[in-house]
Amino acid sequence: MRGDKVLMVGNEAIGEAAIRAGCQLYFAYPITPQSELPQLLARRMPEEGRVFLQAESEVAAINMVYGAAGAGSRVMTSSSSPGISLKQEGISYIAGAELPCVIVNIVRGGPGLGGIQPAQSDYFQATKGGGHGDYRLIVLAPASVQEMVDLTALAFDLADKYRNPVMILGDGVLGQMMEPVEFGDIKPEIPSKPWATTGRKGRDRNVVNSLYLDPNKLEEHNWHLQAKYRKIEEEEIRFDTFNLDDAQLIIVAYGISARIARTAIEMARADGIAAGLLRPITLFPFPTGAIAQAAEKARAFLSLELSAGQMVEDVRLAVNGKRPVHFYGRTGGIIPTPQEVYGEIKKIAGEEVAK
Amino acid sequence: MKVIFDCPQALSDVTTHYCPGCTHGIIHRLVAEAIDELGILERTVGVASVGCSVLAYDYLECDWQQAAHGRAPAVATGIKRALPDGIVFTYQGDGDLASIGTAEIIHAANRGEAITVIYVNNTNYGMTGGQMAPTTLIGQVTTTSPGGRDVKEAGYPLRMAEMLATLEGVNYLARVAVNSPANIMKAKRAIKQAFRVQVEDDGFALVEVLSTCPTNWRLDPVEALQWVEDNMIPYYPLGEFKVSGEVK
Ligand SMILES: Cc1ncc(C[n+]2csc(CCOP(=O)(O)OP(=O)(O)O)c2C)c(N)n1
Ligand code: SF4
Repeated sequence: MRGDKVLMVGNEAIGEAAIRAGCQLYFAYPITPQSELPQLLARRMPEEGRVFLQAESEVAAINMVYGAAGAGSRVMTSSSSPGISLKQEGISYIAGAELPCVIVNIVRGGPGLGGIQPAQSDYFQATKGGGHGDYRLIVLAPASVQEMVDLTALAFDLADKYRNPVMILGDGVLGQMMEPVEFGDIKPEIPSKPWATTGRKGRDRNVVNSLYLDPNKLEEHNWHLQAKYRKIEEEEIRFDTFNLDDAQLIIVAYGISARIARTAIEMARADGIAAGLLRPITLFPFPTGAIAQAAEKARAFLSLELSAGQMVEDVRLAVNGKRPVHFYGRTGGIIPTPQEVYGEIKKIAGEEVAK
Repeated sequence: MKVIFDCPQALSDVTTHYCPGCTHGIIHRLVAEAIDELGILERTVGVASVGCSVLAYDYLECDWQQAAHGRAPAVATGIKRALPDGIVFTYQGDGDLASIGTAEIIHAANRGEAITVIYVNNTNYGMTGGQMAPTTLIGQVTTTSPGGRDVKEAGYPLRMAEMLATLEGVNYLARVAVNSPANIMKAKRAIKQAFRVQVEDDGFALVEVLSTCPTNWRLDPVEALQWVEDNMIPYYPLGEFKVSGEVK
């Protein structure tokens, strides 16, 4: 199958990949700019004998996800920023009860109703927990329509492997951009789920729960969750690089920003500036080690984001004071041009690299 | 020797955390009896809500999921859609169902979701210390209506059963009380019917159960039963509001 390319917008590519990854149920509430995804699944899920249900709200949708995930099924929901805010209560419960599921956030500008144009301003919410309590999502950041396919398939496998919610953090550009994709042979790895509430026939009863009234039990549960997150940090970091080896100035950027960064880096290289890219694919776990290692050689870092500066905090933690970490971002749905980013590169190169 | 009284198989042999005289325990037993009599224990999944009954998963022997406050009907929807042959029920208080969870219950009912809802109305938020609920009676004193519920401030007590009976998706809907042996017998029939509707795949069923909260009502258990008779039943009339999808 690999090699059969089809043209698709990112939102639809996620939907089709989810079906191939064995997603049995999808629950969501309409919101721009991810509408192509529910619209595709409204048609495709019933065709495959699976469940599509438009919920009365994002709150209901994420709780339907909780129920279906707790019953042992592969399940997904999708939304965009304001809707993801509403889902946070449910996501916290899902993380607490250790249920696997996939949550897609096609980010738009905020705060509040914000706008409907692309943004990356939900980085904090996605990577630092988002709802109440000490928990983490696995967060995957595609930078192309093909990666939306590949990371959707991976998201379901990781969710099941770690019994943890996985978020695909896209943006409105990726969601609505059309590119050729191939689905290859997605082979879902679905483990058995002896904990699922499928009816107690032939076993003791199962309870899906996040309530621990005894503080000792709750603390034990919390350390168990933390141990799982540390394991995820050890085993699941993914990132991509471009011209990194000899780079003096390293741009750290994910998703659509990374594509702009690449073009700007090519412009810089043509002018003799040794710029390179480190593109986190997993935002949690964050490629802290790779950035720390790069800080041994490079002179400066630039975090490029469609936000007022969120991931830059993680870059600074990784660089740990060794090198200056700069930030450049646009917000509200404005996407910087490669020329604009190149301007920043030149400025930093003038200040730092030339020293 | 003939056994004339025994613990239902679906009821766990443990001491509950409920206050003395609280009728949550009676309602648990009626649910357990219905599950036993219909022979559905091995395919039943309960959804516990947030409220005094949050630990219901310790008291009934089926599989359970614990849901966020008010969200039990959405969680039940997810379970039922994943397991169409399962029997899925929620057990919710009046704060849970009639306040924070109004959207979820209305839409689950309106979709005709094939689930059973046990809705326990004790006119207050028991677990958090007896605050006013949407169901608190006019003039009723609670910890957040110290001068009695004032309709100008807080509106009128919500009659969920009557409201939900207007929805096409509802197959069975009844209001019962557990304050006397006769009422308990009727409650048992209604609860069993609400499960039978699901077993026969006939859609959404809900039973509102008028229940006591002697602790927060500041009454002894016997006075609390009488309070249900004298104050709740006149405002929340008992009976079947919908049977086989027909309005009664
Ligand atoms: C989102 C959220 N808000 C508030 C609470 C606090 N809370 C716990 S139980 C409860 C009230 C439950 O009352 P009810 O549903 O009437 O059940 P009862 O305890 O009376 O049986 C509240 C408000 C919570 N757990 N979660
Ligand atoms: S507080 Fe009220 S509802 Fe809760 S267990 Fe005690 S009597 Fe029952």
